[in-house]
Amino acid sequence: MSQAMHDALIDEATATIAANAEELTALDQAIGDGDHGINLKRGFEAIAAEKTKLADAATGDALMQAGMKLVSTVGGASGPLYGSLLMGIGKALKGGAGLEASVMEGVALVKKRGKSDVGAKTMLDVLVPVAATLEATGGQPVPARVAALRTTADEAREATKPMLATRGRASFLGERSVGHYDPGATSTRLLVHAACDVWERTT
Amino acid sequence: MSAVVGIVIVSHSPDVARGAADMVRQMVGDEVPCAFTGGDPAGGLGTDPQKIIGAIDAAWTSAGVAVLVDLGGAEMNAEMAIEMLDPERAPLVRICNAPVVEGAVVAATEASGGATLEQVCATAEELSP
Repeated sequence: MSQAMHDALIDEATATIAANAEELTALDQAIGDGDHGINLKRGFEAIAAEKTKLADAATGDALMQAGMKLVSTVGGASGPLYGSLLMGIGKALKGGAGLEASVMEGVALVKKRGKSDVGAKTMLDVLVPVAATLEATGGQPVPARVAALRTTADEAREATKPMLATRGRASFLGERSVGHYDPGATSTRLLVHAACDVWERTT
Repeated sequence: MSAVVGIVIVSHSPDVARGAADMVRQMVGDEVPCAFTGGDPAGGLGTDPQKIIGAIDAAWTSAGVAVLVDLGGAEMNAEMAIEMLDPERAPLVRICNAPVVEGAVVAATEASGGATLEQVCATAEELSP
């Protein structure tokens, strides 16, 4: 991955989270503790502040450093969760794995950290199907892949609305969590779109 | 006398963490090392793995450290903090699955009697349904 792509990914992810921080916080106020938007915004701004260093690093190293940055700046549960995702992907890339396998590694680490899986109304409800689509579309041209990834992320996020939360703060609400989008699934969808936009533009 | 287990209290709120530590000191005394941390890196409600590592260092004894946490993110950040410790120290730090205030007092009481880390955590965890 080129320096320009690192740069663009950091810019796009940071801008997307900043632009949607209020919406994420509003969703989190409904079924969580109301800090998701502001916490992620702080984390991505901390990553953006180190953009020059991260752009120069190898992609695997850059992702591991960015993940560590999230862990040390976010403060809420999204720090260790998104941090584990980036560190897992980065470590696998560094070890020579391909993009698809590396993303799978990152998702596996989120499952382990969160002691959760699909169906609990969390970010994993978007991450897991997105990782599967990434793998299933391997070998296809980039425009087809990003289109499939965006659709998967949109549908997967939509599917969290009727779910009953069984993990995370929303699980305290029981039945009252039904009918709200999951904030983590929503931020994951936004970040998938950001990554797809950059992938499409820079290929 | 051999070392007693240290106690670390982690809450999203620095005030809750400090208050729980005050209760430990008043009810159990100073012979059990007790450290607390709370608040995210920006000063809001939340937890910070670096500050948790600092608290573990502050409460460290050769008998180990029992960590009490309040909610989801606090537990995950405490896990990350433990994973970031030296590999020789990490196995001597355990997260107790117990209510943070009552758990801290019970764990410290158990620790003050010279119980092992396993005994301290097991007794605190009896508080959880």
